[in-house]
Amino acid sequence: MEINDTTGKEIVIDIKELYKSFGDNHVLRGVNLEVDRGENVVVLGRSGTGKSVLIKIICGLLTQDEGSVIVLGEDVKNLRARELEALRLKVGFSFQMSALYDSMTVKENIAFPLMRNFKHLTKAEVKKRVDEVLDAVSLIKSRDQYPAELSGGQKKRIGIARTLVLRPEIMLYDEPTAGLDPISSIEINNLINSIKKEFGVSSIIITHDLVCAKVTGDRLVMMFDGVVQKQGTFGEVFDSNDERIKSFYEYNFT
Amino acid sequence: MEIATTKKEKYYLSKGIDGFFISASKTFRFVFNYFIELFRPPYEFGEIVKQCYKVGCDSLPLISLTGFIIGIVFTKQSRPSLSDFGATSWLPSLIGIAVFRALAPLVTALICAGKVGSSIGAELGAMKVTEQIEAMDVSASKPYKYLVFTRVTACVFMMPLLMLYTSFVALLGSYINVQTNEHTSLATFIANAFDKINFLDLKASVIKAVVFGFTIGMVACYKGFTTTRGTEGVGKAANAAVVTAMYLIFIEELMIVQIVGWFR
Ligand SMILES: Nc1ncnc2c1ncn2[C@@H]1O[C@H](COP(=O)(O)OP(=O)(O)OP(=O)(O)O)[C@@H](O)[C@H]1O
Ligand SMILES: [Mg+2]
Repeated sequence: MEINDTTGKEIVIDIKELYKSFGDNHVLRGVNLEVDRGENVVVLGRSGTGKSVLIKIICGLLTQDEGSVIVLGEDVKNLRARELEALRLKVGFSFQMSALYDSMTVKENIAFPLMRNFKHLTKAEVKKRVDEVLDAVSLIKSRDQYPAELSGGQKKRIGIARTLVLRPEIMLYDEPTAGLDPISSIEINNLINSIKKEFGVSSIIITHDLVCAKVTGDRLVMMFDGVVQKQGTFGEVFDSNDERIKSFYEYNFT
Repeated sequence: MEIATTKKEKYYLSKGIDGFFISASKTFRFVFNYFIELFRPPYEFGEIVKQCYKVGCDSLPLISLTGFIIGIVFTKQSRPSLSDFGATSWLPSLIGIAVFRALAPLVTALICAGKVGSSIGAELGAMKVTEQIEAMDVSASKPYKYLVFTRVTACVFMMPLLMLYTSFVALLGSYINVQTNEHTSLATFIANAFDKINFLDLKASVIKAVVFGFTIGMVACYKGFTTTRGTEGVGKAANAAVVTAMYLIFIEELMIVQIVGWFR
């Protein structure tokens, strides 16, 4: 178990000198990032800086060219298939576009990862756990609907519920509030905070939405040109003369 | 599921030609994975049955019609040349050979490549571009086993059955034509039709059907899993699934006919 020298807490995600290119497109150019247990880290940055790529590397969907990613003490790149699966059960991933299985109803969507991974669970147990997370995202009434019949915000919440059902230790949110109206965004923000409190998970939250960043983030990380430019609390990050950071702020609030 | 590039693949191959070999190796691993999963229970029997049902429902109307018409037309067109020798009584056995040895497996496979291949390619392609396959992957839900293994197995299992069904329908069409012209009885027709068919023919046809089924399912799943570029990519995946499968089916047909020839 790795311990953070400054905070004294356990480090659940430790990223060192991470590089990733697609052909000549050098997306990540030496990213360093640590996430402590029980901490919400918000990653900010313009479109195309590689935020989604970063969290896809964390859960092993993509592999880095260089650098190391240690998640819950495991080096993601060098895990065998079985070990990676075991790790993935502990890491929830909420997709930018929700990625719900559109041939299944909401309850089947949520039951799917449970039934694929815990074959010994009885029907009643599965139902209980599905209802539990549906309750947490307050969408019990949508149990039998299909994803096509849900709004964007509801889809996001079901997507989050589907990852919560596996009781992860870490949550990775890819733009949880993108494309939602302010009220739905507030609901999602509250959801993220209550997940942190109730389930005790550590999270990385990717967003362009500064309200979301302010409300949910214990710490903010600003990415530009494939590296972390600045990190700290909301106040610390935006108390800056860097043009790019200022314009980011002004775009949202003025 | 991203088919990741392994270290070896990166290390041993210089740039330039590496693109080809890396993708060949990825394709090989995708296919080979099926045989690994074959020895790794549990199997998704419920899902396999569902897919079998879909393969059957998708293709049944079309192969019924095609089989029937081929039976009639083939009989009708062959009659003049046989009657020149006064040998129209050979019609049933000629048809039997043509249908069992060549037509039924090939026609069934081509139709299924069109119907089943495109539907699998489009379905998995759409799942891929909307990140549903990645979502299965990150929740450790083993998308290969759930999506690919079940579909390919369903195709492998259904193709021989559909092939036998096509043969049956084609013979039926042929019988109706022969009956109206030569007034042959059903018993004579059947006896003649199966006269020249031996066990080797049946085996060869079943093997062909199994190989074709595997090809259709595997190509469609591969094209679906490797879909890129949004909705446009989905159309391309469906299309490529059909075209590639058809090419491969013809090549395999040639090879199997050649090999079976050595055993005759
Ligand atoms: N699978 C891939 N193949 C090739 N290039 C990719 C791939 N995934 C991402 N990229 C490239 O990496 C860059 C970063 O993409 P990414 O999706 O991480 O951006 P992002 O920071 O999440 O942006 P947004 O805020 O719009 O979601 C883009 O230029 C994109 O073209
Ligand atoms: Mg993104």
